[in-house]
Amino acid sequence: MSDDRTFVIVGGGQAGGWAAATLREQGFAGRVVLVSEENWRPYERPPLSKAWIFGAEPPAPPYLHAEDRYGDIDLKLSSSVVSVSPRERRVSLADGEHLVYDKLLLASGGQARKLDVPGGENVGTLRTIDDALALRRRLETARSVVCIGAGVIGLEFASAARTLGKSVVVIDAAERPMARAVSAAVSERVLAWHLRQGVSFAFGTSIREVTPRGDGFEVVCDRGSHHGDLVVGGIGMSRRLELAMQAGVATNRGILVDEAGRTSVEHIFAAGDVAEFRHPLYRENILLETWRHAQNHGVAVAKAMLGQQVSYDDVPWFWTDQHGHNLQVSGLAETGTISVTRGEGDAFTIFDLRPDFTVAAVAGAGNPRDIRAGTELIRARARIDPAQLADTAVNLVQLAKAAARQPAAAT
Amino acid sequence: MGQGTWHSVGAVASFEEDSVTGIDCGDRKIAIYRVGSDEFFATDNICTHEYALLSDGWLDGYSVECPLHAGCFDVRNGAAQCAPLERDVRTFPIRVEGNDVLVMLDQPDAGR
Repeated sequence: MSDDRTFVIVGGGQAGGWAAATLREQGFAGRVVLVSEENWRPYERPPLSKAWIFGAEPPAPPYLHAEDRYGDIDLKLSSSVVSVSPRERRVSLADGEHLVYDKLLLASGGQARKLDVPGGENVGTLRTIDDALALRRRLETARSVVCIGAGVIGLEFASAARTLGKSVVVIDAAERPMARAVSAAVSERVLAWHLRQGVSFAFGTSIREVTPRGDGFEVVCDRGSHHGDLVVGGIGMSRRLELAMQAGVATNRGILVDEAGRTSVEHIFAAGDVAEFRHPLYRENILLETWRHAQNHGVAVAKAMLGQQVSYDDVPWFWTDQHGHNLQVSGLAETGTISVTRGEGDAFTIFDLRPDFTVAAVAGAGNPRDIRAGTELIRARARIDPAQLADTAVNLVQLAKAAARQPAAAT
Repeated sequence: MGQGTWHSVGAVASFEEDSVTGIDCGDRKIAIYRVGSDEFFATDNICTHEYALLSDGWLDGYSVECPLHAGCFDVRNGAAQCAPLERDVRTFPIRVEGNDVLVMLDQPDAGR
């Protein structure tokens, strides 16, 4: 069987790596070229803010696949695509090489956002293996750590640093941890984990500057200042949109794609962190910056590149590990208004319901099956009696499986 | 087949239908699946991706979804069905004798 097509994937992260593997799994016999700016073959990023920081030794790189999976994939590491010409279906690489593509996937992700204040360059970031290795080294001699941003990265780094006995302060402009990702009730539980382990917080304050002081840095805020031998920022990511824009591909906050990952330009697709898309569960376009989405979107869009019928409708989901607790979050909390708590203590599940009693999000620790059941309720758009969700005598698995068989509530 | 030993892992009635249950056999963790009322399957309880117990997972028909990162295995043959899994999970022979569920452990090539 001969197939002279060439599929080019820009970006060797979770989305690009799974897209490449999926093309082969689905029997694509043409050429697959994966171009990555990193010097490592595709790996999973979540461990980098966990065991990679607090472990005695850096673990083995958390590669997506065994090396032999890339035997028939043209993997161009430490390389980058500098331009795309849709008319000629051609990409140009930094080393001057040109490739003609039949399909092109933009899975370029993003980079850790830099703090835009005087001295912002003193703030370490954490997105790549190289970042994690650098932070590990700096943490060896640090006694105190300031984490800027109380999102998943900042809180996981805080947790890892406390495990190593460092004194830790977390600063955020919001009034509670993970404010963008979970409801206030969930933030309260997360905050309690950290306070119990001796992490300090400064909420509702913005950073003015980060200045070298002694062996470390002074993080000057609106109110007060904090010293850290090491300062780490977890303030989100900036999407890499420049290639799409240069190629004339429609963008908004991300690269606009349809349910199959197709962009506005023929033969060009986008997947993962960089994609902005309509989701059947939501009225507005969404963008997801999670491991799960990058993986499953990469898989789905690779199938679409092969001409398969694809309608991506994965329920948003992520996890975070902090102080030994595995918190999982399904759905989008911001769309809910009613909070229902099931269970107590460290094993809890919190549902966010909309005014019509459909489930917008579920978050919890210690009861992963509750989260999975909640995901089913979110997907089914089922109307649920809050008293049933709160009652631990009610079997959530049966409730969810029954809801999945019912027609969805009208939206 | 036949080199291992059959271990009783509990009464049939102790396994809920369409559910997965975790059992410790010595230092080995086994997941027992009951599909409908009559079919039983057994696999290693630990996921092949990262450390998590499949008995905390979600059983849908013959597919079990890991509670940690949502990889799915076919409980009948241990086949990895989706990302992020790269390796199948080991299976074990299982049978019902009277009211007891028996699993064969320790055979060198159990179920593969």
